[in-house]
Amino acid sequence: MASRAPAAAPPLAPAPGAAPPIPAGLGRAQLADIYYYLRLTRSLEERLTNLYRQSKVIGGLFRSLGQEADSVGSAYALEKRDFLSPLIRNLGSMLVKGATPLQIFRQYMAKAESPTRGRELNIHFGDLEKGYLGQISHLGDMVPVLAGVALSFRMRREDRVCLVYVGDGATSTGAFHEGINFAAVQRLPLVCIVENNGWAYSTRTSKQTAVRLLVEKAAGYGVPGVRADGNDVLAVYEVTKRAVDHARNGGGVTLIELVTYRRKGHAEHDAQGYQPKDEIAEWEKHDPIERYERQLDETGWMSRAERDAIQERIAAELDEAVTVAENEPFPAPESALEGVYGEPARIAPLWYRES
Amino acid sequence: MAEVTFLEALREGLREELLRDERVFILGEDVGAYGGAFKVTEGFLKEFGESRVIDTPIAEAAIVGAAAGAAHMGLRPVAEMQFIDFISCAYDMLTNYVATARYRAGLPTPIVVRGPSGGYVRGGPFHSQNPEAAFLHTPGLKIVCPATASDAKGLIKAAIRDDDPVLYFEHKYLYRRIKENLPDEGDLITPIGKARTAREGKDLSIITYSAMVWKSLEAAEQLEKEDGLGVEVIDLRTLLPMDDEAIFATVRKTNKVMIVHEDTRTGGIAGEITARINESAFEWLDGPVLRVTAADVPLPYAPTLEDYVLPQTADVVAVARRLAAY
Repeated sequence: MASRAPAAAPPLAPAPGAAPPIPAGLGRAQLADIYYYLRLTRSLEERLTNLYRQSKVIGGLFRSLGQEADSVGSAYALEKRDFLSPLIRNLGSMLVKGATPLQIFRQYMAKAESPTRGRELNIHFGDLEKGYLGQISHLGDMVPVLAGVALSFRMRREDRVCLVYVGDGATSTGAFHEGINFAAVQRLPLVCIVENNGWAYSTRTSKQTAVRLLVEKAAGYGVPGVRADGNDVLAVYEVTKRAVDHARNGGGVTLIELVTYRRKGHAEHDAQGYQPKDEIAEWEKHDPIERYERQLDETGWMSRAERDAIQERIAAELDEAVTVAENEPFPAPESALEGVYGEPARIAPLWYRES
Repeated sequence: MAEVTFLEALREGLREELLRDERVFILGEDVGAYGGAFKVTEGFLKEFGESRVIDTPIAEAAIVGAAAGAAHMGLRPVAEMQFIDFISCAYDMLTNYVATARYRAGLPTPIVVRGPSGGYVRGGPFHSQNPEAAFLHTPGLKIVCPATASDAKGLIKAAIRDDDPVLYFEHKYLYRRIKENLPDEGDLITPIGKARTAREGKDLSIITYSAMVWKSLEAAEQLEKEDGLGVEVIDLRTLLPMDDEAIFATVRKTNKVMIVHEDTRTGGIAGEITARINESAFEWLDGPVLRVTAADVPLPYAPTLEDYVLPQTADVVAVARRLAAY
């Protein structure tokens, strides 16, 4: 096809010293925002790793090292009123949606003041006001649920869009299939991002599906499918924005495959012996944050000094949040009986625990 | 007053809630154009339109999941399982996602999942199930099982207005066999969590629910006529949360209790009720708590097999006589 296309005029060379235009309708302030969220995600996870090594994290720790761009770039394409549901490696998406480092530290340390009051682990929490819904561990289940959220938007004629994340592994589940099919039939304003990071725990994508590319699954649901480089934050933003606009304009579902790589194990305990070392090393060269920094340097969109200032701001924010969270108590034991139902609000204690 | 069937009462209840509250909508397989496999939602598509009566793909996890998502956002979905046997396809969504949502995430999930349950209709293993025990074990859900037309209406309305997820099991044998005069005016609500005394008696108690209420009442008649026994029949109406007070009150009154349910025996609800009586009202018992249930087999199709497996009035009578002899 390329050979038959008329030769395109070469792009005009930018005037010496002038920055090239920023793509996807973004401005410098937004580029700085994106940089902030990328760095915040990575730095926050690094702090969590330290806390994990000090046994201050209760339970497992899930890293998104090398995948920060797909979370941040896609969530950034939503409007404030839009809604998303993250997966375990979408901390960045939640931060964009307004989750705070303090909430994350409290969650990982099972504190009383955590968003789930110590009932649920890690980043399994949501905020209806800010527009994100907490995931559960059963993969694929959030696709039907977000289809339902999208259904509520349509029923109320609200101009809002849903974004749901699944991994390469979750595309094998029945819930994923049922949910995206239902949303496609109903032409609901839903964008489904398949984060293909190569591995579902220790299982390669090639053992997960017989399709050549995960994006090919879109055809099975009669929806557009697009595939993008998940480590190029601006490309991620651009494809997601197009799909979000399409959904908002009544076009229905889009399936987006973002190609990336999981550089850490499934969770912090996992020595990832099944992942070839040279494969990990190769993907280190494509680190999404370093790549974005090189792009910012080459284009002159954002100076190193500006970036350093952002990093300093993040370090201060994290210092403060971790100090607050570390000094907080666990939830009171008897609070475990509250909130199973709206009515009754509290389950009666077992008789031998009555005081 | 108008005489209506159990099914018509249920339909009236749904319709009244659709009219009363624009947040209420219906989704499920064949609920729209066809009006549901048993015609519970007949006429709704025409009256309320496609946006509130949604024909879905054959996808129970999607039906329940989408209902949950819409409910989080403030809507009041009523999801139909074409036969309640298919609720197992949404078991994960109900037990892991829906039931835990308020507790783990503070997410209200006011959904109703309803569908035709039960046997005696030659439906075989996959159109006759009583899946309540599988969900009784899940904190966060509520379960109701109406036995009368009045409760069919009153409980569906209460379920739709409840802020928690409610499973509503409607016995298909009762759909067109049970008739009752219901008031034309007023809001008929059966409170969730409250049992009902279907028949007063002083000699022994039968605790039961759903279609077995009628078999128990039939047995009670016979026992009164033939044995001079006063049999009390307690219709639980709600299984989760269970009305412990009503159960203990009848134990204290008659001192002899049996439990009748159509579901299979092992791990069934009768075991749970027995344990509660044992822990909280043991001193009041003059005999063992006995069970009448289905045999522990998948429900077979042939009339001879189905009738043999399911509880019959004669079984209730036989067990009651044994209990009365203590």
